[in-house]
Amino acid sequence: MKRYDAINEISKYISDELVIANIGFPSRELYEIKDRNKNFYMLGSMGLASSIGLGLALSQDKKVIVLDGDGSILMNLGSLVTIANQQLKNFILIALDNGAYGSTGNQETYCKKTNLLEIAKSTGFKNVYNYNDIDFKTILSQNIEEPIFIHYKIKPGNADVGIIDLSPEEIKSRFMKSI
Amino acid sequence: MLNSTEAIYQGIKSAGIDFIVSVPCINLKELLIKIDKDEEIIHIPVTREEEGLGICAGAYLAGKKIAILMQNSGLGNSINALTSLYELYSFPLVMIISHRGTEGEPIIGQVPMGNVTSDLFSILNISCKQIKTPDEAKEIVGNSWNLSTELKKPIAILADINYW
Repeated sequence: MKRYDAINEISKYISDELVIANIGFPSRELYEIKDRNKNFYMLGSMGLASSIGLGLALSQDKKVIVLDGDGSILMNLGSLVTIANQQLKNFILIALDNGAYGSTGNQETYCKKTNLLEIAKSTGFKNVYNYNDIDFKTILSQNIEEPIFIHYKIKPGNADVGIIDLSPEEIKSRFMKSI
Repeated sequence: MLNSTEAIYQGIKSAGIDFIVSVPCINLKELLIKIDKDEEIIHIPVTREEEGLGICAGAYLAGKKIAILMQNSGLGNSINALTSLYELYSFPLVMIISHRGTEGEPIIGQVPMGNVTSDLFSILNISCKQIKTPDEAKEIVGNSWNLSTELKKPIAILADINYW
């Protein structure tokens, strides 16, 4: 399974949640699969999707889902530490881990060897899952007391999707109005 | 007379700032304690300034009035977030910065970044004000959030060694 199919699978269960989508192809693929006002497409600032999601989860009650990538998580590993140290009832970080920098030519990341799930555990995440071992719909509907980290191992490769034809201002304002 | 910490704290309160991320500096020590005790302010210590700016952006999307407390050495860690996130989406932000490496700095490692801090803000086209006295600090910090939202961009407030 590649990223597009993984996002397609996750999207089936998303209803009222706020979604932060990582820079590049993850955002573009989500835009094609299921564009909605409650999606925030992060067009720059690689690495900060999980941080934006954290700030959002700390500031309102709706559930926040971050669609992040392995390369991006490696760029901001401190974010896992900060998230794991918060009491959050509404935060789910999904690491779409294809072991590659997908938007820049599929160069390998160190996640070919280094295991993000073990890193998340060691930073203090209590709710840590492999996507393929869980029923995501059930996880999504549960009341939680701590943030969730979901590791979704996938294969590298990008779908043939266009660019996002929304301005940053449009992405921001429709997202803010939807909360 | 107001002390240096209390002046900034009162400014933060009158600005209505209610979400703060921080990376510590010895000169911010007392201010961080006050903010941490304040139940109207969500205070999140972060591992790195860039991460903090991401967290603030998310909080702003949910309607918070956001600020970062940091040392100027962290400006280097913040530049991509200030441009590719804050400038791109026209997010406001108040940056309250302990400006090290200025006159009287005892630690040599602070000096190179101290020398270029104002120029970096200038090249980023971000307003950067030095506060010299507590009275001035209270007023400038107090107006900071309104100014930042009017400008639709971050603003920086620098407190150098002699301020404290």
